[in-house]
Amino acid sequence: MADREFGFATRTVHAGCRPDPTTGARALPIYQSTSFVFEDAEAAASYFNLQEYGNTYSRIVNPTVAAFEERVANLDGGVGAVAFASGLAAQSAAFFTLLQPGDHVVSSSALYGGTITQLKHFLGKLSVGLDFVDPDDPDAWKAALTPDTKLLFAETIGNPGGNILDIEKVAAIARQHDTPLMIDNTFATPYLCKPLDWGADIVVYSATKFLGGHGTSLGGVVVDSGDFNWSNGRFPVVADPSPAYHGLSFHDTFGFYGYLTKLRAETLRDLGAALSPFNAFLLAQGIETLPLRMRQHVANARAVAAFLESDDRVGRVSYPGLASSPYRELVRKYLPEGPSSVFCFDLPGGREHGVRFIEALTLFSHLANVGDAKSLVIHPASTTHRQLGDAELSAAGIGPGTIRLSIGLEDADDLIWDIERGLAALEDTN
Amino acid sequence: MNIERYQDPKVIRQTLTRRRVAIVGLSGNELRASNFVGRYLLRNGYDVTPVNPREEFILGRKSYASLTDIPDPIDTVDVFRQPSAVPAIASEAVAIGAGCLWLQYGVISFEGAEIAEKAGLNVVMDCCMKVEHARYLGRMHWLGFNTGRISAVRDS
Ligand SMILES: Cc1ncc(COP(=O)(O)O)c(C=O)c1O
Repeated sequence: MADREFGFATRTVHAGCRPDPTTGARALPIYQSTSFVFEDAEAAASYFNLQEYGNTYSRIVNPTVAAFEERVANLDGGVGAVAFASGLAAQSAAFFTLLQPGDHVVSSSALYGGTITQLKHFLGKLSVGLDFVDPDDPDAWKAALTPDTKLLFAETIGNPGGNILDIEKVAAIARQHDTPLMIDNTFATPYLCKPLDWGADIVVYSATKFLGGHGTSLGGVVVDSGDFNWSNGRFPVVADPSPAYHGLSFHDTFGFYGYLTKLRAETLRDLGAALSPFNAFLLAQGIETLPLRMRQHVANARAVAAFLESDDRVGRVSYPGLASSPYRELVRKYLPEGPSSVFCFDLPGGREHGVRFIEALTLFSHLANVGDAKSLVIHPASTTHRQLGDAELSAAGIGPGTIRLSIGLEDADDLIWDIERGLAALEDTN
Repeated sequence: MNIERYQDPKVIRQTLTRRRVAIVGLSGNELRASNFVGRYLLRNGYDVTPVNPREEFILGRKSYASLTDIPDPIDTVDVFRQPSAVPAIASEAVAIGAGCLWLQYGVISFEGAEIAEKAGLNVVMDCCMKVEHARYLGRMHWLGFNTGRISAVRDS
């Protein structure tokens, strides 16, 4: 509906941030204020009644946070977005808004370990049933559906196994069951893949990773396509008059803004995990270079993965961008510019070699994060995924000698030099 | 049939500058979408006339049984009714000399749109007047919604 369909890069820089009307400030102002003065009593009432769009209290709305939200929503082609203090806060709020006790969730088993833990424990406490399925097997998705299934969940690129989801297929299964498909698109970012274009209904991000891009700030965001029909009879928790909002029926009153309005006005209000304005500023600024960064992340990851694959001291290399990857066709379809820059490889020497390799590196940072401008390395079996049993580990594509890399923006030659030294350290002591 | 033909940003913005709005199907129930829109338009400087035969006053404004009962001129006829009611409403909008027939979300009637268009009215279809006002003139961006607005020009 715009006068011109602006390109992606233009929107990374401009979406959500027009010049400040009061001051003319061109950069995004940081509205570091907990609360905002009402024009008059009627304005105050109408903001809290959701009859007008107004700033009230920064746990619920904040103009800097809103700019970040609009920027992500715009890039993903959603009707809007709600930001949270972290990726997991965004996920728990997205789940909480549409689920109620007795419901059931079908999720990919190839997920970030923290998400697996969250689904198991958080949903369990809410008396929501849960089944994990092999994301690569459409029949497994279908077989796991029950009359109570109210959500399908998966990552575009599984962390850390590198499974690529056939989004269109799983979205069709979800649609057939009148159930939304929620995708964690953290690794791909909207630059590499836009799940809403392939039929997903809701997209969640840990903005902590590639969106922010510099390892400075935690944040999360939920983007809604606006297309899901919450009034199909299966989602009274969204469609029926809400006792938590004086009888308002969110979907009926706000139409395709209904889910997001409930997510903000009720769930964010009640769970309270608001994103700080300063973090929103840093994340929004990070997005301004998203296309440039993602292109370089992918180019570096391709170079490092190719080096590892050609070295016989290394076992399996799971970068889906390699020509040898079983996901090659899915990458071509969903991630034509490349499958981001987080992947694993196996050291045949197992746990002990994993530790020795990491300790020999001097340029890769040993830490528990991904999606930074700096290259990162970790041994999942002893860190991020350590809460998981062996069966769950292998379902997530992780072995005892698996090393996860998050390739940054350094010179690829320097990264390969560092990895070469790590591999040499394994031989020295053998 | 192409709905986007009836979602032209220029027409929408021009229509939003005209202040006298009749809302057909405006509900007196505070929780209904039409009531939200009517209240919002009143708060934002529009002269709102309710058209609803079942109520005498809505949002403090006298309600009329039909468009043709309204004694004052109307710029925009904003419709919250089932699509099958639209052709008759469109004919009345023509009869009272309105400038635009605006059909809210889900109120899709190409037949009604054609009646209005043939008589020289602008037509907006499957759009919300509150949302479009908030997008172009208001504060929709304060709630993280995607306004689609890209501009380096400072609003006055
Ligand atoms: C794919 C994925 N999703 C979600 C998260 C959780 O994000 P956060 O740490 O911002 O809560 C992570 C964190 O590592 C992740 O890698």
